[in-house]
Amino acid sequence: MSAVLHRPAPLGGPVLTKGTRTLVVLATIGVAAMIFRFAAGLGGATALNDGYPWGLWIAFDVVTGTALGCGGYAVALLVYVLNKGEFHPAVRPALLTGALGYSLAAVSILLDVGRPWLLHRVPLYVNHWNYNSALFEVALCVMTYVAVLWVEVSPSFLEAWKKGPAGLKKSLGDNFLPVVEKALPFVIALGLLLPTMHQSSLGTLMLLSGKKLHALWSTPLLPLLFLISCLAMGYAVVIFESTLSSVAFRRPREGKMLAALGKVVVPFLWAWAGIRLVDVVLRGKLALFAKPDGYVLLFLVEMALIVVPAVMLASPARRADAGALFRAALLMILAGTLYRIDTFIVAFRPGAQYAYFPSLAEILATVGIVAIEILAYVFFVKRFPILTGAAPAQTAAASQVR
Amino acid sequence: MQLDGLSGREPLLVDVEGSNRRDFVKVALMAGAAVGLPAALSAQIAEAAVKGVKPSVIWLHFQECTGCTESLLRTSHPDVAELILDLISLDYHETLFAAAGHQAEAALKKTMKDHEGKYVLVVEGAIPTKENGIYCQIGGRTAVDILNEVAGKAGAIIAIGSCASWGGIPSAEPNPTGATGAPMILKGKTVVTIPGCPANPYNLLGTVLQFATLGTLPALDEKGRPKFAYGRTIHEHCPRRAHFDAGRFVQKFGDEGHRQGWCLYKTGCKGPATHANCSVLPFAEVPDAWPIGIGHPCFGCTEQALAFRKPLHDTVDVERPTPPDTYAPLHAPMGKVAPIATGVAGLIGGALLGAGWAASKKLGTTEEASKEPRKEA
Amino acid sequence: MTLDRRSLLTGAAATAATAVAVATRGAEAAVPTAPPDAVGLLYDTTLCIGCKTCVVACREANGKKPDTSNSNGLWDAPLDLNGQTKNIIKLYKDPDSPQRSYFKAQCMHCVDPACVGACMIGALQKREKGIVTYKQEYCSGCRYCQVACPFEIPKFEWSAKAPLMVKCELCNHRLAEGKLPGCVEVCPRKAVIYGTREALLADAKKRIADHPDRYRGYKDGDAPRVFGETDGGGTQCLVLSHVPYEKLGLPALEETSQANATRSIQHGIYQGFIAPIALYAVLGAVVFRNKKKQDEDGGAA
Repeated sequence: MSAVLHRPAPLGGPVLTKGTRTLVVLATIGVAAMIFRFAAGLGGATALNDGYPWGLWIAFDVVTGTALGCGGYAVALLVYVLNKGEFHPAVRPALLTGALGYSLAAVSILLDVGRPWLLHRVPLYVNHWNYNSALFEVALCVMTYVAVLWVEVSPSFLEAWKKGPAGLKKSLGDNFLPVVEKALPFVIALGLLLPTMHQSSLGTLMLLSGKKLHALWSTPLLPLLFLISCLAMGYAVVIFESTLSSVAFRRPREGKMLAALGKVVVPFLWAWAGIRLVDVVLRGKLALFAKPDGYVLLFLVEMALIVVPAVMLASPARRADAGALFRAALLMILAGTLYRIDTFIVAFRPGAQYAYFPSLAEILATVGIVAIEILAYVFFVKRFPILTGAAPAQTAAASQVR
Repeated sequence: MQLDGLSGREPLLVDVEGSNRRDFVKVALMAGAAVGLPAALSAQIAEAAVKGVKPSVIWLHFQECTGCTESLLRTSHPDVAELILDLISLDYHETLFAAAGHQAEAALKKTMKDHEGKYVLVVEGAIPTKENGIYCQIGGRTAVDILNEVAGKAGAIIAIGSCASWGGIPSAEPNPTGATGAPMILKGKTVVTIPGCPANPYNLLGTVLQFATLGTLPALDEKGRPKFAYGRTIHEHCPRRAHFDAGRFVQKFGDEGHRQGWCLYKTGCKGPATHANCSVLPFAEVPDAWPIGIGHPCFGCTEQALAFRKPLHDTVDVERPTPPDTYAPLHAPMGKVAPIATGVAGLIGGALLGAGWAASKKLGTTEEASKEPRKEA
Repeated sequence: MTLDRRSLLTGAAATAATAVAVATRGAEAAVPTAPPDAVGLLYDTTLCIGCKTCVVACREANGKKPDTSNSNGLWDAPLDLNGQTKNIIKLYKDPDSPQRSYFKAQCMHCVDPACVGACMIGALQKREKGIVTYKQEYCSGCRYCQVACPFEIPKFEWSAKAPLMVKCELCNHRLAEGKLPGCVEVCPRKAVIYGTREALLADAKKRIADHPDRYRGYKDGDAPRVFGETDGGGTQCLVLSHVPYEKLGLPALEETSQANATRSIQHGIYQGFIAPIALYAVLGAVVFRNKKKQDEDGGAA
């Protein structure tokens, strides 16, 4: 527990490798798709329609993307609130993933809204704020949280610059690092409060659609379920990302820490599945299972995706097994993703006459955004002290993503 | 003067106290009503005509077929041909003139002098402009010169027929003579255009009568056409409109729909884009004496953009679309799924799952490897 | 480690308890009622002859171009309400009987509208006379109103470069000039009439009382009633029909609005921002203490 903590250090090595080149291609295609969206308009570029006004970009890029960016939130909760210092090495990479995930979710919002040039009015038009709107709350929180995340990540840059050659960057590092360090506890607390608020509000969002959302998903407990599931996804992402980067960058795996994380996540999974089940029973929707249809099946698949990793991770042996732990993390990520996409698209039923499946442009833009996110991650961990206990990268060929 | 000999019988208005006068007032009322003048005004027109206040009219012919004049003369019931000869003082008209040569030229000069600034100039036919207008000359002078001279002293200028309005048939591609309409020559002057091939004589009559009685011209659209006649499209008053609204179309000439008198839109009817009153004011008072009436699509003769330009059987855009006789269902299907998008999504999903599985498999070995001392570094 | 799990579970349970408490409190919250001067329309399917004059009049009154996209330019034939159509006459045909009905789809001007609850800075709001109107300068095109509306009314200008939301605003610009809404003005059979909600409701109830056999309820066999009196917390536009409302595609709604249910949760949590501020204070203190301790132990941020 009280093992000596290594200091984070940049990995070094070239950013452009075989793997990242592929990502550059995907990112370029994605950017082209984004340009196409503005050239052709939402109607021309997306498959969105008046029945399904929200599609892939909201359900995946924003709602799922930010939940996947909750690693920083989830780990900070462990480290700073529950005082579990042993998870410290996971903080910086998780915060970086969060900062990237949230920033790109913000980009997706700019893509998705029809009049992005008026979006700044949401925070600025104070007299018009609609406190009843969950989306308003989400918008303000996400905008603030993006800033908070970058402040939380900033010591990594400032430290690197401080050690670097004299110049503007060095003076920035010299001057601001102490300030940020001093302010950090309060920023971290804000970084805990904001996701608690908006991740739950993301659930509240769909509550307003009332009966248009299938009864198995529409519950007053949506905010709570979204909050719990984002924490589960946060831990899963930390396991996922840490494991992958240890493989990709040929670094020793933080096996012990990840196994411990695997243990931490279990109660969240049970709470998630349990509350859902109890809620469905209490609301008297069990009758729906008498006539199983696609929605019932989907519900069961979601539940299975929650329960299976919970069972898997109950065993210490499996938690210690890198492959099993990774598979469990994948299942949790899949569970959270499916739960969100179902809540926002699949179980959202504006009427049988409406159909939606993301258009090619929507898919390519989303793929591009994920590619940009991974590219940025690789860039940051190679140039700045993010990862802890790193051995310097061996060769360029050795470092490949995925 | 010349007209007396031409009409060949007693002028209508001589016996103004008798039944002729009553007939005349009736006809004036009808003519006035046809062109949308209030009844009181029609009576006023009749009174003015009775008192002999006849506007002097100079009628110039250029590149044309005289169809507009013929149409005017064939207006049969009431006998508008005679009426207009008595309502107006037709002081120069090359087709209806008894006079010829220098005599005719002299009549033109005299009229222009006697009624300077008051006479009505009616232009029939296009005006050629190529090679200094040599393709149409009368008495050694070009049409352009004559038009400019006569229009210069006119009280009102009316271009009758499509040729005079913008060039009509003579201006059709490749337009070898550079034919154009009176408004294009007389830039800056108000030229009332009464396009049509031929033009409906009532539209001319109404315009002339209003000018004669009130000294004003009817309200015109941006192409100089009187709004009373050209304000609406053929489509909006078409006798076959019900078939259009119900979606009953003639698919080809002679088919069952054609025999049933269905809508001619799909055979190229230009009615939806053609501004004219043919559908409500029959030519020569003969019912159905117009293209659609005889089962042929309207060919858009009053529209420069259509007539002699757009192929006869090409369809046009509907200018002011209105709801059909059908209804939207309660739940109209919306949104489509692009097969390529589903394919790509499937590939990506499959690739991710496969990669995840492969990575997790690989991890087991990495884990074992990392237990051993690392080989490199 | 057992400590971890217990504290986490306790935390989760506490949050759950709060949420449940809040959700139950929502049911008790005061239900909004229509303003006293609320106006609306009463549409009676038994009078409508489907002439669609109202559709054309609506276009003229609102400066919307005819929608010929589904008819190769021939007809103004929108398939549904859309970015250029605020009012439409639809046709219901019973597949098993000769029963037919027209249905005028348009904004119902809810007493407590979901779209207004959704809108971030009040582009959609209940303004004069309870009419739900739209001000484009506050709209960023997020389309949450579309997600929220139970009647699928707000439509988006999907093909526009600077798209707006489009919905019936009860011709409030005409009302300001002392005119009637476009559709009401032209209706040849008074199938749609304008008035205060109170008067319209009374009129509708009288029609049902006078002709109980003519009108229907929500489902087949239900007692006749006015749609919009209580549906979804009530609407200012009311419907009477000779065909059960369900068949006309009108949604089955609770008597309290969905906006109210959501509002109670948002209010419960964020009332005066007390809960978030308190949580922040606690988090700040805990983080400060823990971080200090960890830094002393030699860890890095």
